[in-house]
Amino acid sequence: MSLLILSALKKSFTSPDGERKTIVDVPEFSLAAGQQRALRGESGSGKTTFLHLIAGILAADSGSIRIGDHDMAALGEPARDRLRAQNIGYIFQTFNLLQGYSCLENVMLGMAFGGVSDRGRAAALLERVGLSHRLNHRPSQLSTGQQQRVAVARALANRPRLVLADEPTGNLDRHHARESLALIREACRENGAALLLVSHDPAVLAEFTDVRDFSDINHANREVVS
Amino acid sequence: MTPLFIVLRSLRQHLLSTVVTALSIALAGGLLLSVWVVKTQAQQTFTQVNTGFDAVLGARGSKLQLVLNAIFHLEASPGNVAYADYEFIKTHPLVKRAIPIAVGDNLRGFRIVGTLPELFTDVEYAAGHKFALADGRLWSDDAKEAVLGNFAAHELGLKVGDTFHPFHGLSYDPKNQHADTYVVTGVLAASNTPADKVVWIPLHGLQTMAGHDAKAATDVSAVLIQLRSPTAGFMLDLMYNKQGNRLTFAYPIGAIMAELFGKIGWFDQVLTLIAYLVALVASAGVLVAIYNSMSARQRDIAILRALGARRRTIFGVIVLEASVIGALGMIAAFAVYAVIVAGVATIIQAQTGVRLDVLISNPVMAWAPLGMIALCALGGLLPAWKAYRTDVAAHLAPIS
Repeated sequence: MSLLILSALKKSFTSPDGERKTIVDVPEFSLAAGQQRALRGESGSGKTTFLHLIAGILAADSGSIRIGDHDMAALGEPARDRLRAQNIGYIFQTFNLLQGYSCLENVMLGMAFGGVSDRGRAAALLERVGLSHRLNHRPSQLSTGQQQRVAVARALANRPRLVLADEPTGNLDRHHARESLALIREACRENGAALLLVSHDPAVLAEFTDVRDFSDINHANREVVS
Repeated sequence: MTPLFIVLRSLRQHLLSTVVTALSIALAGGLLLSVWVVKTQAQQTFTQVNTGFDAVLGARGSKLQLVLNAIFHLEASPGNVAYADYEFIKTHPLVKRAIPIAVGDNLRGFRIVGTLPELFTDVEYAAGHKFALADGRLWSDDAKEAVLGNFAAHELGLKVGDTFHPFHGLSYDPKNQHADTYVVTGVLAASNTPADKVVWIPLHGLQTMAGHDAKAATDVSAVLIQLRSPTAGFMLDLMYNKQGNRLTFAYPIGAIMAELFGKIGWFDQVLTLIAYLVALVASAGVLVAIYNSMSARQRDIAILRALGARRRTIFGVIVLEASVIGALGMIAAFAVYAVIVAGVATIIQAQTGVRLDVLISNPVMAWAPLGMIALCALGGLLPAWKAYRTDVAAHLAPIS
């Protein structure tokens, strides 16, 4: 059963010279519940914009983005925010942890806007990613690999049905990238979340059995950098 | 993970800016509270101080000067009242009690006032309160003895049994020392009235001090009067002020003091305006402090938005942060207020003997903090609007 169904999805931006450029033009795309898929694409191909559209961070110009029973593209911004807070986990390349908060608080923020505050779950997630001894550390007190693990825990905090990962290992060395990727995939499986990961790293893509070229699903002009 | 928690984390993250901004609020709030309380308390206190008398009879001149001289022991006497005039008013059927005072000498700047012992034995300076001796006894009428007001005794460092030589005039000049030697026989308990800063001696003693004009030896400087009824005051006012031309009858004392505050009302207004402006500048400081940090915060805001925070939540968090800075500042403002009013009250007591009750509740204690917090919240609106409009995607870089 499909968790995510996209159809006729389009997003364009106005370039600095005033020209309207279409960045995302995806006629159809789907992802089943619990499925793990990687999208291969070069930098500037519109992968981040694509993920932002799915997450509701950006509003689509047209088309539909069905996540379960909801059409993200048809919702107003507050409803998109709520849907994202309750159903989607997001892992960024630069982790995007809040520096003023402890690891535990960062993870708790991952569930806070969905209306949940479960300190125990946050601690359990950090324990799952091997950071039970770093609960009260600030992100700046952690290694890069540890920060990535906090980001993984945070992405799973709201029990998401879908985890979006944008070049999640882009800032890690090969060893940590492999470890981190395994952790993301295992944690998603354990939590019953589907995973959509975008990367241009062949080593990362080699870990997935379900890999698609972003250029195959995105028909927009690929020369434009989003 | 409430908005307040996010605010507290943000305040901690921008600690220096938070502390400096809150301190500026504290100074502004403390100043506002102080100006307001001292202004209202001074007006309330000084228009109520009459040391138990309804009116003052004195030489022809300003009623205000008469009251300041006879009740507050501040101004120079406008002239003398003949003893016959004192005798007349004393026995007037509309008058309950009349007590003469004589001034013209000082002890190292503290005014020496000659009067009758009835001032201390019979008069209630406030309802249910008579002057009491903290130490010693009252003077004997014919002796060169003195009873010191509590504040005067403390400042002069005199105690029962000590002696002193008065100085001529109301201002202290070491060259003008009288030959007479007075003995301190008593020290009054503090009454928080102008009597506390006076050196009291027998009326006769001041009238006959060596070097004083012998021709005026029976004159008094003013007569403090208790009336039998309020209407008596208006009748005597008519008799002395409108029909007569030799003496001035100052009545009612509270209204005359209120006139003084009315005359210097513009000064109050200037002080209040300055306090308001300082408060406005401090709240603008909140705006600037938060607004200037917005560039650095936009990534954090974008992250919170990516995690599902709504725009209005972010807007509310920034306004709440500005309000919390205002609230923290106003808590500290009460400490600033305590320091300022303690100093001002001490100065006022030293000058007048009147102790302002600055701890008494005043509506400003409620509306000033609320007003300042509201001003700070207003100051937070502009940065909140900037936060509201943060482009989430643009601040979640890098883009692939």
